Amino acid sequence: MNGSAIWLGPDAPERVIAHLGGQGFRVVGPRVEDGVLVLEELTAGDSLPTGWHDRAAPGSYRLERREGNGPRARERFGYRVGAQAWKRYLHPPELRLFTAERAAGGGLDLHPEKGPEAPLALIGVRPCDLTAIAVQDRVLMGGRHVDEAYAARRHGAFLVVVECTTPGATCFCASFGSGPGAEGGFDLALTELIDDERHGFVARAGSARGEALLEALGGRPASAPETDGRRRAVDEAAHAMGRRLDVDGARSALAEGAGLPLWNDVAERCLNCANCTLVCPTCFCVTIEDVTDLSGDVAERRRRWDSCFSLDFSYLHGGSVRRSGAARYRQWLTHKLSSWFEQFGEAGCVGCGRCIAWCPVGIDLTQEAAIAIEQRRQADAMPRGRGPAGRGARR
Amino acid sequence: MDTPSEVAVPRPGGGTLLPRPYRVRRRWDETQDTFTMELEPIGDAVEPGADAFRPGQFNMLYAFGVGEVPISISGDPADAGRLVHTIRAVGPATEALRRAKAGDAVGVRGPFGSWWPVEEAEGRDLVFIAGGIGLPPLRPALYQVLAQRERFGRVALLYGARRPEEMVFVPELRRWRSELHLDVLVTVDRATESWKGDVGFVTQLIRRAPVDGTGALAMICGPELMMRFAAQELTKIGFSDDRIHVSLERNMKCGVGLCGHCQFGPSFVCLDGPVYRFGEVRAALTVEEL
Amino acid sequence: MMRDMTALLRASPVFAGLEEGELAFISGCGWNVHFREGDTIFKFGEPADRFFVLRGGTVGIEIRAPGRPARRLETLGEGEVLGWSWLFPPYTWQFDARALTDVRATAFDGTCLRDKCDADPRLGYELMKRFAGIVTARLQSARMQLLDLYGHPL
Repeated sequence: MNGSAIWLGPDAPERVIAHLGGQGFRVVGPRVEDGVLVLEELTAGDSLPTGWHDRAAPGSYRLERREGNGPRARERFGYRVGAQAWKRYLHPPELRLFTAERAAGGGLDLHPEKGPEAPLALIGVRPCDLTAIAVQDRVLMGGRHVDEAYAARRHGAFLVVVECTTPGATCFCASFGSGPGAEGGFDLALTELIDDERHGFVARAGSARGEALLEALGGRPASAPETDGRRRAVDEAAHAMGRRLDVDGARSALAEGAGLPLWNDVAERCLNCANCTLVCPTCFCVTIEDVTDLSGDVAERRRRWDSCFSLDFSYLHGGSVRRSGAARYRQWLTHKLSSWFEQFGEAGCVGCGRCIAWCPVGIDLTQEAAIAIEQRRQADAMPRGRGPAGRGARR
Repeated sequence: MDTPSEVAVPRPGGGTLLPRPYRVRRRWDETQDTFTMELEPIGDAVEPGADAFRPGQFNMLYAFGVGEVPISISGDPADAGRLVHTIRAVGPATEALRRAKAGDAVGVRGPFGSWWPVEEAEGRDLVFIAGGIGLPPLRPALYQVLAQRERFGRVALLYGARRPEEMVFVPELRRWRSELHLDVLVTVDRATESWKGDVGFVTQLIRRAPVDGTGALAMICGPELMMRFAAQELTKIGFSDDRIHVSLERNMKCGVGLCGHCQFGPSFVCLDGPVYRFGEVRAALTVEEL
Repeated sequence: MMRDMTALLRASPVFAGLEEGELAFISGCGWNVHFREGDTIFKFGEPADRFFVLRGGTVGIEIRAPGRPARRLETLGEGEVLGWSWLFPPYTWQFDARALTDVRATAFDGTCLRDKCDADPRLGYELMKRFAGIVTARLQSARMQLLDLYGHPL
């Protein structure tokens, strides 16, 4: 969009919520509840958290309030991402697909579940999560078959992105180019600028609907120092990001990585709890559950998020294909960082860092990927078939 | 401001994820645990042509309230309006389908997946190798070949079963065998006293099949280890990897590439398979627990 | 007769590619045999002094235990080699072989061939490689049978 950037006050999120709510959107945004960050439905008059920031590390995540009277105590988006990703709304954890009834004369009546009435408006989407939405778009709508339930929620959804100016310790979006800034794929992008002199948002429209929203919100054109400040803040965030992932290296190492020693080592630590897949904003796997009521005449099909870490996931009559924890972790990491490219032309990871923070034992995929690259390099340096992970020596 | 829905909202919950209602026309036992089921659409709920399939493709069969399972189509692709599946009862959904009687309703989604490249075999020798319940997914290809038999070279069916009483399609095998233009070689792993036929693993029949390995095409369906071994034996007599085709099986919940369960390396078995060129999967088949 | 035999040997995968002189020698050790359906071709424990190349019909490899019907483990048909116990001490048959149909075969004198192989290590090595190939293929196939793949899918 060509519209110039607009400067909005620190109450911009609330004004956006009120406006989109009035337009008939089902507005969803971050709230702090019981000390954790959750994504909840909001109505006009609701406000987003203020003065909170988060601390993430492998195996740990803490939401804290800023102490003192500094400007940061008033920061609107001092936190980055909570455990919940937006897929919770676009690709719900549990969903009824249809109900079925036995009809007279031995028939079968199938009633597909209706889609949501109101379109979604997602407020406060971080750039990594925006990329994750685009990744799921390709998986669930971009192939031969469309997931109608996802498409019904996704089409018409209004996305309000908030750019990142302070990377967290588990963030590595810069490695994928999926953050900390956002250049497209949103309706509205906000960048919070906060210091002793100013506090507010540089707002940019990414669609006609975004332009219309900006117009409705009023505000003045952003000044050059403000737009420069936005660009600088995002650039600095990219440079300040301590965590990195060699995307190309991991892709090729894992493509031939089935026999690497690291899998057994990870399996010693991995609890197979599936946390990483549940918090991952791109993980899309689901399972199906068919049930009947007590009469047995009415049935329904439910779909639930599933995880490749469960033993049942690969069950074939006779047993599961991926019996070992090593094989299940290998499937997950290899899918995220390697086979996803072959399937969908891009990575299945966006660098949000959730799987690192919410792993109860702190397994860090950036570190495991680096180990895979190193082990692959060592195996390639060894004469063929000699090393434990020689190309000829598949497990 | 534009209306919130700029893009038309697709039919929710419908399409490829919603079963179509069918009625069981006939159902009969093939063996102790395997049965064949003929389905016909109920009313006009099924669009004409929706049943058309290519040999080797599968449907997701829905047993009311119990579950849904991927089952290869075992009928004749030229016989429209009659959907035939041969099913081994191994779990709740297949058990429920086994208990279905004529007139009962079941749901069908499909057909899905890749198919046996029957056209590619025209002008060539063709060998089908089936193990156990692997014969039903090959039968549609056999029908297609026999319907235009003159287009193919020598054609052989090698079929291995566990025991004589666990063989499927026995009357049909007898009929095919009596037809001189199809060599049917059958063997069992474990013979009973009354069994007059061959004993030994199905690969033992390969040397006796009257096909010329160079240029010939093979379609193999059975347990994964059997297919791997059979493919290896075929390469010994001159078959090339890209003329050997196998049908793989993995856990499937959706059949359309959306549930993630059937991934086999970068491949989705429901979309890229179940039928693969052996050369495409040879290496992956040797990776444990892939 | 001798020339027919040489042609037969050349067509059989076991002997294909051997030198003319070698083929001629082996032909000299062979003679044609017929079995009627139900005939016993050899029995467990008997001296194994020969082997057969089947030209037609089906032979069952069987084993018997007291009070049990014979168990058929394998069947062999046209073009296949029957019997390798002549190659290894104690040179006695380890199974029974029975004609399941009328069978035409060429029998070869194992003792004669063994002596020849001892005297001509090149031929001995060639033949040993070929028989080892047959034994390996049958062993692999037997292992597959043992897995009972169709009963317990893997």
